[in-house]
Amino acid sequence: MSTTFWIILAGAIATYLTRVGGHLVISRFENIHPRVEAGLNAVPAAVLTTLVAPAVLGAGPAEWAALVVTALVSLRGGLMSMFLAGAAVLIVARQFVG
Amino acid sequence: MTAEAISESRTGGDFWDGVRLSMPVVVASAPFAILFGAIAVDNGFSVLEAFLMSALIFGGASQMVGIELFGQHVAPWLIVLSIFAVNFRHVLYSAGIGRRIAHWPLLQQALGYFILTDPQFAVAEARAVSGKPVGFVWYLGLGLPVYVFWVIESGLGAVFGKLIPDTHALGIDFLLPIYFLGLVLGFRKRPLWLPVVAASAAGSIIAYKTVGSPWHVSIGAVAGVLLAVVLPPHHSGIGERP
Repeated sequence: MSTTFWIILAGAIATYLTRVGGHLVISRFENIHPRVEAGLNAVPAAVLTTLVAPAVLGAGPAEWAALVVTALVSLRGGLMSMFLAGAAVLIVARQFVG
Repeated sequence: MTAEAISESRTGGDFWDGVRLSMPVVVASAPFAILFGAIAVDNGFSVLEAFLMSALIFGGASQMVGIELFGQHVAPWLIVLSIFAVNFRHVLYSAGIGRRIAHWPLLQQALGYFILTDPQFAVAEARAVSGKPVGFVWYLGLGLPVYVFWVIESGLGAVFGKLIPDTHALGIDFLLPIYFLGLVLGFRKRPLWLPVVAASAAGSIIAYKTVGSPWHVSIGAVAGVLLAVVLPPHHSGIGERP
């Protein structure tokens, strides 16, 4: 087996541990403390924000326009319409501001 | 019990409900799967290895980082550690979704955690919050198309990679932030949403500038979660929940 194969396999095991690990740790406690529950409820917004914020900072006008439109559409539409609107604005805007 | 009986009688419907919700994810991740395959081959992976990496790891950002480091001939243990670091946020997803799927049979749970990606968690968590049951069949309908398309498109990208024209003009590099922003906004009715988002944004940007990628993800996430933990529980609406 090549080194590449072992890297992939070890990476896969490491990844699975992160996906199952949080549950294995939390499930050891019988009652979840209100503060822990508050923390868990904050997880989606907290993590997903970190995938957006640095990208926003390093972006230009075309990307910002796309994000603003995405945010505006989100007030009314669902996830798919939001995403398509943002992507469409991005593609059009990049034709002009590269 | 009643909820289970109802979901039992329309498991087929549940599956397709999940599939329908998976479509934006399939569309948003397609360019990355193809791009990943192309970059993987470009960095010295074989087509089979690119395919295997997508099939076994199933985590786009971590695969990109792994491939990038592999191309730079970084030590194998460091590549694995980097994949682990990029994926570390899943620990939080795992703890969160565990509350919703703990009643599934063990094997179903084991499979459920394997396909626990960013959108999988966000959409499943949103369903749980809206009061609907997160059943295995629905969850599989949501995750399976994403997985199948991800793996196949990675292979296709590896085979045809160098045929992709101008990726920048197609906006491919910025589709994921747009998609993730949509997910973030979807949670805006949660208590403490704005403070948590502000803390995570600040934390991730500072970490990005100082410690560097990929640690900004874990550091920023911890900043937002800690804020929710530290503030008095009644701000989080915990006491008001049924």
